[in-house]
Amino acid sequence: MDTQRHKHLVLILAREFVSNLSTPTLVADARGYLVFYNEAAEAVVGRRFAETGEMPLDDWLAAFEPKTLASEPIPPERRPARIALDERRASHLRYLVTSADGVEREIEVTAFPLFAHMDDFVGIVVVFWRN
Amino acid sequence: MSVQLKIWGCRGSVAAPGSDTVKYGGNTSCVEVVLEDDVALVLDAGTGIRALGLDLVRRGVRQIHIFLTHLHLDHLEGLRFFAPLWDEQVTLDVWGPRSPVLSLRERILRAFSPPLFPLDFGDVPARVAFHDLPAEPWRMQGVSLTADLVLHPGPTVGFRVETAGASLAYLPDHEPALAGIERRSADWISGGALAAGADVVLHDAQYLDEEYGAKIGWGHSSVSDAVAFCRAVDARRLVLFHHEPERSDSALELLQARARELTRGEQVPPEVAREGMVIELG
Repeated sequence: MDTQRHKHLVLILAREFVSNLSTPTLVADARGYLVFYNEAAEAVVGRRFAETGEMPLDDWLAAFEPKTLASEPIPPERRPARIALDERRASHLRYLVTSADGVEREIEVTAFPLFAHMDDFVGIVVVFWRN
Repeated sequence: MSVQLKIWGCRGSVAAPGSDTVKYGGNTSCVEVVLEDDVALVLDAGTGIRALGLDLVRRGVRQIHIFLTHLHLDHLEGLRFFAPLWDEQVTLDVWGPRSPVLSLRERILRAFSPPLFPLDFGDVPARVAFHDLPAEPWRMQGVSLTADLVLHPGPTVGFRVETAGASLAYLPDHEPALAGIERRSADWISGGALAAGADVVLHDAQYLDEEYGAKIGWGHSSVSDAVAFCRAVDARRLVLFHHEPERSDSALELLQARARELTRGEQVPPEVAREGMVIELG
């Protein structure tokens, strides 16, 4: 059994859940790899997930040039997704991103960890709230 | 090493004895992995385990491992009437899925004490231990076992049993269609890794397609979804399991015919599980 590629049931359920949301949302696994984003996110990103494929979440997020509301670059460790992955706690932040259309937009991001059991961290969900 | 599977119960939800279920049986889930030594490996403890228990006593087997997919009563209720429990020379290890709240022992003992049962578990003479199922594959008595969470209400696992030459996936209560089967790679299908390339898959097929619409989310599969699941994971032989209690022998044969219609031209036709069926794993 290929346990490296196999997705935990909680991730399978998370994917099904977010694929039915109209809010841009992504799912990353415990390694910090982006494993899915929904159609609403595809509209923001300008690419279908099938074209992107699995990749390190930090690399994917960096493409959007996240900045504070004062236009300062946000280091990865201050981004909600990285906090949820590293510190395994929920995090929320309002910041600026540059979308696929080249326009800078203010968004709010919520990231939270997924635990199958208290000692079994399986990934994170990241929600992008458009103002 | 030669390994056989013997089905002692394949009915779903509740036992269904009667003249119209004689051929395929009315006992709920229980499958024995028959080894060449004096240790018994048992998958689930539905009412089928009662007859298995008598057989183990007759065979003099005193070391027994029971692997529970989950704790719904149709997979547990036979344990109270499992004859080896009442033999102080028996060692019984019960394995089941972890719960975020209560231990396996605490959850099982709810069904093993008054008012649900006249005796208390403390009265059981056998040496019984309860274990959470390992998160990683493990080996026991020359076979490799894997447990993994699958889609069914509450903490539920399926099992993969592998010998040197063959593999079995046991997914008696499973509704993979709820999270998608079609157009998904096997790693994104519930139970996909357990059943990938398996020689034999015992899979939930409780409903006919026309019944499933009213039962979505109940945790069980239609016959079409069972076939679609096996095809998606490239499994070789499908044994339709967890029969609807209302399903008579003749109705089960119609369900089997439907599965065979869906797999026409494929190498190994699906078949309906029946009590007493023995499957050679090689």
